[in-house]
Amino acid sequence: MDNDPRTIMAIGTKKGLWLAESADRESWTLNGPHFLNIEVASVAIDTREGRTRILAGINDWHWGPAVVHSDDEGATWSETEHGAIKFPPDTDTALARIWHLRPDTAERPGVVWAGCEPISVFRSTDSGENFELNRGLWNHPHRSEWGAGFGGAAVHSIVPNIQDPNIIHAAMSTGGVYRSSDGGTSWEPRNKGISANFFPDPYPEFGQCVHHITADAQDPTRLYAQNHGGVYRTDDAGDQWISIADGLPADFGFVFLAHPRTGGTVWTIPLTSDEHRIPVNGRLSLYRSTDAGVSWSEQHHGLPDVDYNVVLRDAAALDEHPGAVGVYFGTRGGEVFASNDEGDHFVTVAARLPDVLSVRAAQVVG
Amino acid sequence: MDMITVEVPSVLSSALEGQRSLQVPLPAEGTVRALLEVLGAQYPVFARRVRDERGEIRRYVNIFVGPENIRDLSGLDSQLYPGRTVLIMQSVAGG
Repeated sequence: MDNDPRTIMAIGTKKGLWLAESADRESWTLNGPHFLNIEVASVAIDTREGRTRILAGINDWHWGPAVVHSDDEGATWSETEHGAIKFPPDTDTALARIWHLRPDTAERPGVVWAGCEPISVFRSTDSGENFELNRGLWNHPHRSEWGAGFGGAAVHSIVPNIQDPNIIHAAMSTGGVYRSSDGGTSWEPRNKGISANFFPDPYPEFGQCVHHITADAQDPTRLYAQNHGGVYRTDDAGDQWISIADGLPADFGFVFLAHPRTGGTVWTIPLTSDEHRIPVNGRLSLYRSTDAGVSWSEQHHGLPDVDYNVVLRDAAALDEHPGAVGVYFGTRGGEVFASNDEGDHFVTVAARLPDVLSVRAAQVVG
Repeated sequence: MDMITVEVPSVLSSALEGQRSLQVPLPAEGTVRALLEVLGAQYPVFARRVRDERGEIRRYVNIFVGPENIRDLSGLDSQLYPGRTVLIMQSVAGG
């Protein structure tokens, strides 16, 4: 290996993990599977602390879930002997699945968040080798009223505030968005304006089936939400959400991505309603906004004209390339696409893999 | 010393230093639970593969004492006897 920057991609699927590598983000080599026949619902690439650590939340249907990590780009894998994530004995609960792995900011090295099933948030301060249950959310009085989305009951999005470590947003299906302003000690629902059209009261305090949330690059009080019916933005850290679905061909979906440097630039992948759950008219496209969701434009170059496969919430990602940001996603049909120009055109990285559940990409040196 | 034979599938052997068959002293309590505690103390990854953090046998793991599935006996409190073989297997699951 030389010292030119490379881009690596981790692709978690229903039956294993693949790793891809590219020097130009146009031509890719693929290796795998790692963990054959084991579900990889979550992946993360942590490039802080002067190393590249790939984290994977794996789930063996027979032998249970685990967080594993590799510091040599998949040549070897390690797991914490007694388990990186486990519920404390007094909860009488067992970990079912690790839905989301999220390294915190560069200013908080070692901190990694995990969103898990059953609905829970875990936090690690040692780069994902040991996690601790967030008791504030676990003991929340709303817990008995939270439900399970089709895929299970889990926290699937965790958004640490880039400026204030005491502010954290988390989202769950079903339950909606919760915010902590005291470092995770307490949590309050923040769903005003988000629809829950499967309830008699379509605007309850909580109970929404929010599919994904993410924060704007430049304004940490601005967040975006792809809901189970509805696309929203908040400009006050969740106190009020407004619809930004105008201009999209559908308001259902799972994915929402925010540019790592440019405020207001975001992507979503609309799907037709919750009844059909396919790309709109069977045409796989991203929609990008450069004005925080006021207007949208389709991005389709290099993508299939006919595709009836869903893109799941963690199966899409951006890199942090210093030039044009890369856009990556995989479908439940096992195809993986990459763009090295912020979505203007895509190349196919892999095809006919198992259902893609999680995708992350990052630039590495060495 | 009375011994128990424990056999595991190849996929589980990596959690037992590559062993697929072990000779384990019969614990004083004489139960499957006690046997798993003894093995788990030495092989924590094996312990997590077979049981969750509540101590429950994972849903798609079967443990046989001789020909009997312990779910048809007394579960983790099923009794062991000298010379018996304990077989730990994955059940039919997945898709």
